[in-house]
Amino acid sequence: MAECHPVGFQWVTEAKARGAKIIHIDPRFTRTSAIADLHVPIRLGTDIAFLGALIKYVLDNDLYFREYVVAYTNAASLVGEDFVDTEDLDGLFSGFDPENGQYDETSWAYEPAEAPHASSDDPAGAAEQEAANQQDSVEASDQAQTHGSGGPTIPAKPKRDETLEHPRTVFQVLKRHFARYTPEMVSDVCGIEPEVFEQVAKWVTSNSNRDRTTAWVYSVGWTQHSVGAQYIRTASILQLLLGNIGRPGGGIMALRGHASIQGSTDVPTLYNLLPGYLPMPHASLHETLSDYVADAAGKGGFWGNKPAYITSMLKSWWGDEATAENDFAFDYIPKINGDHSSYRTIADMIAGKVHGYFLVGENPSVGHPNGKMNRFGLANLDWLVVRDLQMIESATFWKEGPEIESGEMAPETIGTEVFFMPAATHVEKEGTFTQTQRLLQWREKAVEPPMDARSDLWFYYHLGRILRERLASSTDPKDRPLQTLTWDYPLIGETADPDAAAVLREINGTGPDGRALSTYIDMKDDGSTTGGCWIYTGVYADEVNQAARRKPAREMGPVAGEWGWAWPLNRRMLYNRASADPDGKPWSERKAYVSWDEAAGRWVGEDVPDFEATKRPDYVPPEGARAQAAIGGADPFVMQGDGKGWLYAPAGLVDGPMPTHYEPSESVAENHLYAQQSSPTIERIAGPWNRENPSRSEVYPFQVTTYRLTEHHTAGAMSRTLPYLSELQPEFFVEVSPELAELRGLTNGEFATLISARTAIEAKVLVTERMRPIKLKGGQVVHQIGMPYHWSYAGLSTGDNANDLLGIVLDANTHIQEDKVSTADIVPGRRPRGPELLDYVEAYRMRAGVQSGRVGLNGRAPDEDPSAMEASGA
Amino acid sequence: MDERRASPGGKLPDVKTWLDAWPVFRQLTGNDPLGRGVAARSKATEQVVSRTATADRVVKSVCPYCAVGCAQRVFVKDEQVVQIEGDPDSPISRGRLCPKGSATKGLVNSPSRVTTVKYRRPYATDWEDLDLDTAMEMIADRVLEAREKGWQTMDAGKRVNRTMGFASLGGATLDNEENYLMKKLYSALGAVQIENQARI
Amino acid sequence: MTTVSSASPSLEGADSRNRLFGPLPDVSADAGYEEDHPSRVGFFTDTSVCIGCKACEVACKEWNTLPMDDANGVLGQMGMSGMSYDNTGQLGANSWRHVSFIEQSRSVDLPMPTIGMPGADRHDHGHDHGANAISPQADSVLAAQTSVLNAEALSEFDPQTSVTGGDGGTQIRWLMSSDVCKHCTHAGCLDVCPTGALFRTEFGTVVVQGDICNGCGYCVSACPYGVIDVRKDDGRAFKCTMCYDRLTDGLQPACATACPTQSIQFGDLDELQARADARLATLKSQGVETARLYGRDESDGVGGVGAFFLLLDEPEVYGLPPDPIVTTRDLPAMWKAAATGAAMIVGVVASSFLGRRR
Repeated sequence: MAECHPVGFQWVTEAKARGAKIIHIDPRFTRTSAIADLHVPIRLGTDIAFLGALIKYVLDNDLYFREYVVAYTNAASLVGEDFVDTEDLDGLFSGFDPENGQYDETSWAYEPAEAPHASSDDPAGAAEQEAANQQDSVEASDQAQTHGSGGPTIPAKPKRDETLEHPRTVFQVLKRHFARYTPEMVSDVCGIEPEVFEQVAKWVTSNSNRDRTTAWVYSVGWTQHSVGAQYIRTASILQLLLGNIGRPGGGIMALRGHASIQGSTDVPTLYNLLPGYLPMPHASLHETLSDYVADAAGKGGFWGNKPAYITSMLKSWWGDEATAENDFAFDYIPKINGDHSSYRTIADMIAGKVHGYFLVGENPSVGHPNGKMNRFGLANLDWLVVRDLQMIESATFWKEGPEIESGEMAPETIGTEVFFMPAATHVEKEGTFTQTQRLLQWREKAVEPPMDARSDLWFYYHLGRILRERLASSTDPKDRPLQTLTWDYPLIGETADPDAAAVLREINGTGPDGRALSTYIDMKDDGSTTGGCWIYTGVYADEVNQAARRKPAREMGPVAGEWGWAWPLNRRMLYNRASADPDGKPWSERKAYVSWDEAAGRWVGEDVPDFEATKRPDYVPPEGARAQAAIGGADPFVMQGDGKGWLYAPAGLVDGPMPTHYEPSESVAENHLYAQQSSPTIERIAGPWNRENPSRSEVYPFQVTTYRLTEHHTAGAMSRTLPYLSELQPEFFVEVSPELAELRGLTNGEFATLISARTAIEAKVLVTERMRPIKLKGGQVVHQIGMPYHWSYAGLSTGDNANDLLGIVLDANTHIQEDKVSTADIVPGRRPRGPELLDYVEAYRMRAGVQSGRVGLNGRAPDEDPSAMEASGA
Repeated sequence: MDERRASPGGKLPDVKTWLDAWPVFRQLTGNDPLGRGVAARSKATEQVVSRTATADRVVKSVCPYCAVGCAQRVFVKDEQVVQIEGDPDSPISRGRLCPKGSATKGLVNSPSRVTTVKYRRPYATDWEDLDLDTAMEMIADRVLEAREKGWQTMDAGKRVNRTMGFASLGGATLDNEENYLMKKLYSALGAVQIENQARI
Repeated sequence: MTTVSSASPSLEGADSRNRLFGPLPDVSADAGYEEDHPSRVGFFTDTSVCIGCKACEVACKEWNTLPMDDANGVLGQMGMSGMSYDNTGQLGANSWRHVSFIEQSRSVDLPMPTIGMPGADRHDHGHDHGANAISPQADSVLAAQTSVLNAEALSEFDPQTSVTGGDGGTQIRWLMSSDVCKHCTHAGCLDVCPTGALFRTEFGTVVVQGDICNGCGYCVSACPYGVIDVRKDDGRAFKCTMCYDRLTDGLQPACATACPTQSIQFGDLDELQARADARLATLKSQGVETARLYGRDESDGVGGVGAFFLLLDEPEVYGLPPDPIVTTRDLPAMWKAAATGAAMIVGVVASSFLGRRR
């Protein structure tokens, strides 16, 4: 955190000054470790084992927050009799189909309070579930996408045992699942001494009770794994057991890495989402609007209002064109039916299936794993539009990319037409970023962008304008969505830049009176309201740009609610009803935050209560209640259908209802817990340009991890081009332990070459005791190499590209790549140049028994004759 | 602060003679016999002024690097950004910035920024210049063509009404408003392979 | 008072007012500023909370538009130093802040201290509301924790498997410290400057005046810390100005403004000294025996400094001289013998000044 979020880290140092213990769990000793009370070096890719052992410690020693757990989580729910755990199937849950590598999650379900056929209070939900189960066409890759973030509908109310003693309660299932996650196992798997584990466990648990809370902070060190979603799940289970969610000083904080990466998820340019975490319509499941919203009928919580959210969005997009008669133009939204995510699309580019590509402030040639595969994709396009501040590698691959030197590409053979469109910086346009805690902050425009530089708002508005003009007279039905799209925004200044405030107001939405809505509760499914992203409704409440608020911190309390605006409804802490006990009283004086004021008849606190303001703590939903009305007064998790925090996920995850330790796809170690070496549901993209290092291969004997440095930013376009940052970290380097340096003859400050099944790269070596080998059970020593990934050939600070070393395998839940852990060999000296490099890497592959990685020109299959050669005659 | 600026030196006689301006004279006649302070002040020193004081305006902004969301004050003079520093009002950052945030003036004023359209023809070995309006029209042509080439009305027996002909990948420094217009426009065009760094 | 005479007190060969050595209560007054001059300001750099982010280096360069180090922007001239995360090496004409990184490993305790209260220290925009304020007596868990220093707890076992050595128990510590010009009470650079380019400001800081400096370089060898340096392609001497221009606008220096963890604190020197003394006492009470203040002692060889430090190890570890002595300490005794030289210096000042007028 000190490395990548230094200014946020001031709050950690302040907490430390107030007596907080800071534990840093990281394979490397970093600038964060330097300030922490305890650094815990962990073997790469073993966090579930470590966190799972903490869960066991909490359960075994009765250190869980019992009242919180019973009331606020699904601990008391009974899991059905058909469920079989990984402990009994050696690493697989029940329902696994080895043929297509995916789970049927039916057996993970709860035991219903009544027999399923009798669940008459929830017929629609049951029907929807049944329908979903019949959808064979929903591929594994879609499963996690079809629900949006509301999660799946729970088919029926589960049977409960509030004593938590029934052997099939979630609580007992959890106990059995983690029974073998002992401190000794942590030592064997993670390489962490039992005493260190004990210290962590003591600090965490002694700071988790009525009076105290513990927070966990993570970044892509948890998400970029083949089991990344389950990493977060493990932390969630631990935090729920300890009562650390929805309470001040608690939580699991995702520190996101880019100025508005949170916003880019909320208002997503993501294939599987519409704004506000509504799912993108699926071809098989959502043929009509009523199909699309069917799951909402049986869903408790605020997702029960999905019809209002989607209808308002459709009204924002299509205005008068969207009517009840045409399903509010629902059919104008294209449908998905597979993995259309970034890496799959790159593979499709190589296969010639994708013709054009927009890169908007993104540099995949450097920032994505397997840069070579990415560049092959770019080289097989008809056209590429790059919008950026600097001439990035993804715009110059055709003449300067590493494949030019290796002979795999030649400019004369690359047909990609490239448009470099200069972009405006953050001070040359106005608009909002959403930072890591869901806070929208409006930026004023300071100066005009220079010359041809324009905002992306300008680019997309005017591109849309031109396209609409072109198709204005078309009678083709497929052009109607564009023709009827609402596309009128006030234009400002000489460059005719669209008014970002008007766009933000459209995102906020309006009521039947045409005025800005204050809350999404007021959204309707009858077409009388608009709203482009329901979770952002309220950002323009009272016709005021709430994100532009800048009340000085010294004039506000610690919640600082008048600086910017946080979604939803300016709530600064989610699920904060959990900061009070079931009766609505603070769990303790010290940790008071939001509580029920009986006299006032409402929830009160410094923050906006994340609960219906006047819903009594003793509210019991009546039979047949829907949406938020189905959430009881003591159920804080208002976005979950049952209002509970889930220790066990009966549906919704493609790789199991509970987290399980699997080794990474590329690991030097055997899975000590199960015969199943790595996750059975890993998503792979096969091709000669994406070969995998075999597990436990002597040819690729060392673990590698990638990360950022304080001095640089991601793929480097915003830092390697700046002199004051470049001089601070002037070239690509890798960090190795003195032991590994000795083993391989590496010298500090000299070059080394790293080799994987993808390619070989060279880097300067920094030998440091901050990297340490890890000794595992049986004496195996695991060497870990640290590799910051900022570099490539452009800019002032240069070097080989760390990401070129990595392959692409994905977490099937998220389609996020496992690039926080891979394997490689490292040898002293510089890498071979030109075609010799290809021979060198191929020789490694052969020794490791990996298929050939030879490709044809520009990455096509070797037998494909590149007819482009002839075409280059011009 | 004003008093600091008003009279930094001693009480030198306000007579604009060559002699008075001569440091050695000041040294030997003033309170600074060693000539290390008041007497040594040069003309430039007497005229020193902070760029923050002479800026035409100060604009409220937010750092474009990581997601902490540190508030920035952008000082503008003659339509040029002359300083960017932390905004002490922010409850998030309390005026502080990391090295990247501290380098944002350099980011905005970077001499290596490309500020005109560059165009590379198929199979060409170098860039050409291109007029912005022409580029926009050419891109519109290509979008329509690729959309047509990749159009699917049905897939696997189901109506999809989409194009697989082109894709998009955005960085996560896009504003919410920009992401919104992108998703809206792409969806209306039928494009589904719309992705963002947020996936990565 | 206006007598033009070589019998000026400073030239008598005595230093009764400690003008060249020893404690000096008011450096600005000594430099001729009236009584209403601002308080002497300074930096207190608390290295125990430094996270080595180098924001100070960048903020300084952005504000002062300094050239990039080493390479002057020329590609291919930069390179990794191989010295931990330090690639700018040392203070110089182009780097007025420099963060050093010291990696240590020992088999003994290396306690990292508890951090001070960065928010509370901030006097410009303090965080008065005290989020989650803790009442110490009501908090037995907290009390128990702060009494158990992590290093003590850790010294009993090996948190990592030591592969090569059989010693085990190695702890590592990564020290980081942002160095800067000390703005000495007795500044050798200022004292030897023959042109009057270096001067003492009303804030008590020491600044080079670029319109005067002729690049003679005397100051470079006069600095006991090796701070000031001549810029090669420019010829003149440069060093930290403590952002003299920003001070005139009531702002803090750029580095202190940026510093995320308040490792660099700017303020009135006496306040900073009091804060540093308290901080040291806290650390000592927590068992951080190696903590010490550097440059705080007014009876040291430079009369104390305006930019002083809290270090966690010997000064040499950070590349700081253990016992700096102003190079002009013996100057008073030398005055008589140097009478001719002194006259010559005056002459140089005059010619330099005349040169400037043209």
